[in-house]
Amino acid sequence: MSKKISLLVVDDEESVRDSLHNWFLEDGYRVACAESAKEALALLENDSFDIILTDIKMPGMDGLEMLKRIKTLKPDAVVIVMTAFATVDTAVQALKDGAFDYVTKPFDPDDLSHLIRNASKQITLTTENERLRDRVVTLENVEDIIGDSEAMRNLLKEVESVAQSSASVIINGESGTGKELIARAIHANSSRRFFPMVSVHCGALSESLLESELFGHEKGAFTGAVYNRKGRFEMADNGTIFLDEIATISPKMQIELLRVLESKSFMRVGGNKTINSDFRVICATNRDLKKMVDNGTFREDLYYRLNVVNIVIPPLRSRKEDIPLLVDHFIKKFCTSMSRNTVNIEPGAIKRLQDFDFPGNVRELENMIERAIVIGNGKEIKVKDLPLNKDVAVSQVESLEDLEKRHVLFILDKYEWNVSRAAKALQVDRVTLYNKIKKYDLKQSS
Amino acid sequence: MGLKRITLITLGYFEREILKNVAALVENELKGRVDSKMEHYDLESHFDPVRKQYNGNTLLKYVEANLAYDDRKTIALVAVDLYIPILTYIFGQAYLNGSSGIASLYRLGNERYGLPRDEALLNSRFAKEIIHELGHCFGLIHCHTFDCVMKVSTYVEDIDQKSTSFCSKCRQQLEQDGHL
Repeated sequence: MSKKISLLVVDDEESVRDSLHNWFLEDGYRVACAESAKEALALLENDSFDIILTDIKMPGMDGLEMLKRIKTLKPDAVVIVMTAFATVDTAVQALKDGAFDYVTKPFDPDDLSHLIRNASKQITLTTENERLRDRVVTLENVEDIIGDSEAMRNLLKEVESVAQSSASVIINGESGTGKELIARAIHANSSRRFFPMVSVHCGALSESLLESELFGHEKGAFTGAVYNRKGRFEMADNGTIFLDEIATISPKMQIELLRVLESKSFMRVGGNKTINSDFRVICATNRDLKKMVDNGTFREDLYYRLNVVNIVIPPLRSRKEDIPLLVDHFIKKFCTSMSRNTVNIEPGAIKRLQDFDFPGNVRELENMIERAIVIGNGKEIKVKDLPLNKDVAVSQVESLEDLEKRHVLFILDKYEWNVSRAAKALQVDRVTLYNKIKKYDLKQSS
Repeated sequence: MGLKRITLITLGYFEREILKNVAALVENELKGRVDSKMEHYDLESHFDPVRKQYNGNTLLKYVEANLAYDDRKTIALVAVDLYIPILTYIFGQAYLNGSSGIASLYRLGNERYGLPRDEALLNSRFAKEIIHELGHCFGLIHCHTFDCVMKVSTYVEDIDQKSTSFCSKCRQQLEQDGHL
């Protein structure tokens, strides 16, 4: 059931107060009355009202002055100004000062009903807006950052406090620890959350491509530049730019980046027009940037410009108590995406996972669980479904081909390279298995 | 407890036939005892020469002070145009959970809108307004159900849309409060 809308009627005429009081009571609103602006402001100190209807001409403080004071204290307040002596000037002034509406007494009963209905809708919209904003923050929040360990709780506290400012951040963490997730959580909880967060994987691009990606280019700037293109700095205006693998950028790009960070302006590649952009920078790296500064491979001035706040994400092996939670999360995730019933995991498998070091961190665990669900019996993940055998390479699996290659090798090893038995286990024919062996250049280890 | 007795009192000039017909309609709907009488009361003290209308607030206060009783609900009926300071006109008003209300037929006749006089329609509209004000006296607020007699009406077309009856929700509240 929705909350009753509450109204405060402010008018020095008793008959007006009584009339409106009765009228609104009959409509089911909660109503209070005040005979002066001073009395109304005193009431507002102890109680909140959704809609305030005020006369303009009153002894002492007039309605317009009261309107200004109310809007200062509560900018969202819905204030309707009524007067029997309407002028264009007062109407304009009232609306400029933030009145929701300006009405002339007496008004048509239908107009009064409409007025209050529209004002109520405004309140509902404002409340709904606030609720949706909160929901957006929750959706982009920390749902995928799983962990109840002290390390993770401390990390989330850091995220919360860092998000409140626009300070530059460097996120340090091994590969697969969730650096981009943390960056997204910082952005989603910041005042910039209604603007984009733009990601750039610096390690995946050559210097010239990275330059074009970051600054954009003008048509004809280089071969293949057939149109104007906005760069990531421009796209991140009012938002956040996330520079992943910042340690990989060339010395020339370091200078360019420093210049942009200092001036918040740049030109597109091949362009001559200065573009301004207000963005927040979050960087990520699995390297020790301070060491790189010390040995001269990363600029010291850039380092200090970026490293206003440093967040370190702990590796998975230092928070093994979070593994059961992560496993549970990934099981749900993949079973949902594969439209399967949720599978269990045998306790022995959890124990084995917790004994594992996970050099690939959470990403590696995620891949393991996905693989186990794909190849498992559909009811329970068993130890044998997990590639924890020390003879199997535990390097990070990036693609389905990698996954297939490892699995085929695993089965061949398991059946001591008996192709017939391995093919039967893999549910493929011998020819297919031989093709796989050739494709992946698999060899029996001696 | 059952429905309290209802008294309909006309003030100022009023056609007897209309009172009789309207009282019958109200009694038919509320299944309670409805008394009706005519008072010879001069409404001039409530007249506003600037607005050329009669003040509904002062009139209601008069009715409450002089004509209402605790053991019944009293609705004063008038044939003049009523207003309250904030609105251009009203059809009627009452004290919420109170003993009295007022209702006017001035704006309910078809002839007011350039249409042929329709006695039955006038009686029906007036009965609905009286039952509406009685509903307020019994503690009911405006209802959003489109054909409930407690739906707010700002034009006669609105009155025509609704019925003379309370919706199930309003009826349930009346029963819970011991009025039916």
